Amino acid sequence: MHKRLMGLAVATTMAFGTAYAQDTKTIGVSIPAADHGWTAGVVYHANRVAELLMKEHPGLNVIVKTSPDPATQANALQDLEIQGIDALVILPTDPDPLVNAIKEVKGKGTFVSIVDRAPSTNDSSVRDLYIAGNNGALGEVAGKYIAANTPDAEVVVIRGLPIPIDQERQDGFDKGIAGSNVKVLDRQFGNWNRDDAFKVMQDYLTKHPKIDVVWCQDDDMAVGVLQAIEQAGRTDIKYVIGGAGSKDMIKKVIDGDKMFPVNVLYPPSMVATAMELTAAALYDQVPVHGTYTLDATLITPENAKAYYFPDSPF
Amino acid sequence: MSTNSEIEERAPRRRTWRDVDLRAVAPFAALILLLIIGALVNPNFIGLTNLANVATRSAFIAIIAVGATFVISSGDLDLSVGSMVAFVASLMILFMNSGAIADPSLMLVAAMVLAVVIGGACGLLNGLITTLGRIEPFIATLGTMGIYRGLTTWLSQGGAITLQSSELQALYRPAYFGNVLGVPVPILIILLVTAIAAFVLYRTRYGRHVVAVGSSREVARYSGIAVDRVRTIAFVIQGLCVAVAVLLYVPRLGSTSATTGILWELQAITAVVVGGTALKGGAGRVWGTICGAFILELVGNIMLLSNFISEYLIGAIQGSIIIIAMLVQRSLTRKS
Repeated sequence: MHKRLMGLAVATTMAFGTAYAQDTKTIGVSIPAADHGWTAGVVYHANRVAELLMKEHPGLNVIVKTSPDPATQANALQDLEIQGIDALVILPTDPDPLVNAIKEVKGKGTFVSIVDRAPSTNDSSVRDLYIAGNNGALGEVAGKYIAANTPDAEVVVIRGLPIPIDQERQDGFDKGIAGSNVKVLDRQFGNWNRDDAFKVMQDYLTKHPKIDVVWCQDDDMAVGVLQAIEQAGRTDIKYVIGGAGSKDMIKKVIDGDKMFPVNVLYPPSMVATAMELTAAALYDQVPVHGTYTLDATLITPENAKAYYFPDSPF
Repeated sequence: MSTNSEIEERAPRRRTWRDVDLRAVAPFAALILLLIIGALVNPNFIGLTNLANVATRSAFIAIIAVGATFVISSGDLDLSVGSMVAFVASLMILFMNSGAIADPSLMLVAAMVLAVVIGGACGLLNGLITTLGRIEPFIATLGTMGIYRGLTTWLSQGGAITLQSSELQALYRPAYFGNVLGVPVPILIILLVTAIAAFVLYRTRYGRHVVAVGSSREVARYSGIAVDRVRTIAFVIQGLCVAVAVLLYVPRLGSTSATTGILWELQAITAVVVGGTALKGGAGRVWGTICGAFILELVGNIMLLSNFISEYLIGAIQGSIIIIAMLVQRSLTRKS
């Protein structure tokens, strides 16, 4: 339905193209600089969809700016404002320090969309639209998959860093396996880092004579985990579940790798979703205000192609 | 002054024997203590596979720390080594992905030579900025740390750089995972690198110059030592050691990312100090450094294998163990 509306709107815009030619609009997109895999994906998808949107709406200008830290991002917001933007899509490096800068933009009547990281007061005084992935569900989907496919599995868990996002994923996982016979043998931090995950996995293999499943909730860490298992030559491990949806790991799912049968999505492309919705708000007169939570979709060989971007750095 | 010469006259031999030996032994005493604790914590700990795993894994920090021993002995400091690992490894992988040479073995050899050359060049840059530019090594290498890290992030566009050719990967894999007569290759490389470093530091004129420069730059200068050259060469040795670590790092995961080698500089410096080299320069203990690197890796391993330590407390306990290891060393040294 939504797509058809959009299509209709596009067609209308095209038909009256000449009439609207003077009606130029600008969307500013402010995102963190690519400092690790996931943010690299954010940058890639922001640029990819910026081009698509500009093709779709002649007269639309999309400016993508990356900033390494909150202070720089606050400056970037000012720069965007001076250039005169009609809408702002922002994935804050750190939401709370940026709240005032965002409010400033919003106060001028600019349409504001916040992505992924929400400030403590996340209401209509700060933004028009909020879109995020679901950390709890990322854990829950993985937990449910394990409970359904290997009901008596003994699982080792590799956590990220001791921050709230990680805790939400752990709580979600516990909810996913609740009531099943799945047993968690161990939980240790791998710092969302390949090398650290390799070490932790090596030590798990020493410590536990029998492991059925590894849940490492992150595709970067999965790289280290798979290598450690291969080195040890252990055959008891049935499979590994990562998370996020990096191209290397989704490729494994597409190829039907037995050690990596599925993945759980926490897509960096959510910034693109926000950009599309923001463009819809500017052009299509559809109601888009509100809060959107994207599913932590289970990626299987059947649907994996839809999430595979071989040109993305992530 | 007079007491000093008196002691030296009375028993010069005994004093050197005690001094050198006990200090050199101290880190190994701490290591044995840790091995005992580990064995009590988990019976699997003392298994050969586990110890071989830990020793193999310590290879990167150990080899980098051998280079750091030279830099620190000569009174300098290099903070850029962690970023340098990421930078050199990324360039090496990019070169192998470029397919410039068709024959895989030839390509691998060329890539390894390239890594060593780049590592040496990065070290030379650090050295020249410090000596020619007369910038404090802390600041100079803090700057190059940012440069190497930034270039890596740029090369990878924030993502990962992965070795594409599976043929090359298969060919290169044994460099980390292989073994000779049951001893993992990285352990052999650690021993080889350390033996060469020990020879250079203890048996050559250059090695004595390093220690002299570290003890007192003025005295060294008046003694006719080319201080700047000695310091620069120490940075180059550090760069070469980083390159050797990279040669072992790349075959492990076959990939680098913007977070590769983060904080390794601090681990390397810690390994050097735990191994008995003074941070203020003027003395170097290469074998102690290796022992220090092994201790660092063991502490993490013991924590993980234990069943009773909360995963939230690991950092605190690691910190305590390092301090205790240093105290054990100090008390042993004082007894001499």
